[in-house]
Amino acid sequence: MRFVDEFRSPELIGKAGEEIRRLADPRRHYRIMEVCGGHTHAIYRFGLKDLLPSNVELIHGPGCPVCVLPMGRIDDGLSLTAHPEFIFAAFGDMMRVPGTHGSPLEHKARGMDVRIVYSPADALKLARSNPRKHVVFFAIGFETTAPSTALTILQAKAEGVRNFSVFCNHVTIIPAIRAILDSPDMRLDGFVGPGHVSTVIGCRPYEWIATDEGKPVVVSGFEPVDILQSIVMLLGQLRNGEARVENQYKRVVPWEGNRAALRAMAEVFELRPYFEWRGLGFISQSALKIRAGFAEWDSEQRFSVPGIRVTDPKAAQCGEVLKGVLKPSQCKLFARECTPEQPIGALMVSSEGSCAAYYNYQHHKPVTIANAAAG
Amino acid sequence: MCLAIPGKIVEFDLQNPQLAVVDVVGVRRKVDLGLLQDDPPQAGDWVLIHVGFAMSKISEADAADQMRTLAILGEKEAAMEEVRGYGLENESSPGGTRGFVS
Repeated sequence: MRFVDEFRSPELIGKAGEEIRRLADPRRHYRIMEVCGGHTHAIYRFGLKDLLPSNVELIHGPGCPVCVLPMGRIDDGLSLTAHPEFIFAAFGDMMRVPGTHGSPLEHKARGMDVRIVYSPADALKLARSNPRKHVVFFAIGFETTAPSTALTILQAKAEGVRNFSVFCNHVTIIPAIRAILDSPDMRLDGFVGPGHVSTVIGCRPYEWIATDEGKPVVVSGFEPVDILQSIVMLLGQLRNGEARVENQYKRVVPWEGNRAALRAMAEVFELRPYFEWRGLGFISQSALKIRAGFAEWDSEQRFSVPGIRVTDPKAAQCGEVLKGVLKPSQCKLFARECTPEQPIGALMVSSEGSCAAYYNYQHHKPVTIANAAAG
Repeated sequence: MCLAIPGKIVEFDLQNPQLAVVDVVGVRRKVDLGLLQDDPPQAGDWVLIHVGFAMSKISEADAADQMRTLAILGEKEAAMEEVRGYGLENESSPGGTRGFVS
């Protein structure tokens, strides 16, 4: 119970649960996708599924940038820095993600100069302090991190730092949602929209989901009460036959997003014609590439990249889990060959990956709020 | 990487006003304010930080909420590790920023 008291508005959690049961039509089965990996993590950690009636099902979406990156891109990035004059710099999340010949950390153990950075600005700083080396920043992330990469490239150009380039793997969330909605084996009733991506892009980019696809979207915060309130809002719309974009996370997300961040992205990046996503295949206009005006700071325009394509390990079913077709525990390797300690697929590496979240919280059944809120 | 970390703006970098020192639960590091140029924060304002860049201005109450969210998600340690790592510094050194005036 002590743990429950630490939540924002603990008294509202039980009420939201009641409201969900009141709004959910027992004759219907609801499938709601939470797009963002941060929400997936929260849902498992707090055992929110246990608060929902059995006909309200949460489907985990593609919003974990480490998880959707195909292995070939990791191989490509590591191939760039095989020579000792290079430094491979990436966020810590990337370090244990398996490539064909091992993760970045394993490459480090074999002698590659691999550094963890917590900000793209620090990768640029590494380049300044290692003038005889070339720093490749392995950039990943949705619109939450892409603006920071853009500003860093602008800074590198302004300063004329020539021993720095970005291997750009930034992806955009909207085409992934479109691909999921186009997928024939997927039926969804609505979306819990991403929180932090929306601080950048705002709420408007989701409007087509409501107007063209007839499905409600509620942009949500990350606390239990936020996610449950968002589900209440979705069920309310569905009960009234409505489909709108609503913003539950107004305290952080402005409807229009962050215009300065969008401008920086537009200045530095353009859309790739297509990009491969793990599990979802090639999706057109779903990723960012660096514009020709910044070619010198683009690893792909500056160096030759092999363009490696690798299929996932056969037994691993990361793709099906990513699309929400399979639950993590339905994968043949889950918790046996593939664990957070020895991950085979990327979904087991990141704390936002549904396999790691499921393994850490569902598998071991730690503290959940379900009992307390029900009591 | 996807953590949104709340911090309070302490002081600006005199050489480069796009940089400011933020305080995150006693750990002080420089972050980039370039993404807030349309609505620049003042010293004392609270911001949400992603990968070393302030992404949005928030209220003090929302900053406290966000820090509690990180704690209950089990991500507070990872967030503090991230903040301590900004500037390629690996050691925690509260108050260790030199060369700034408020």
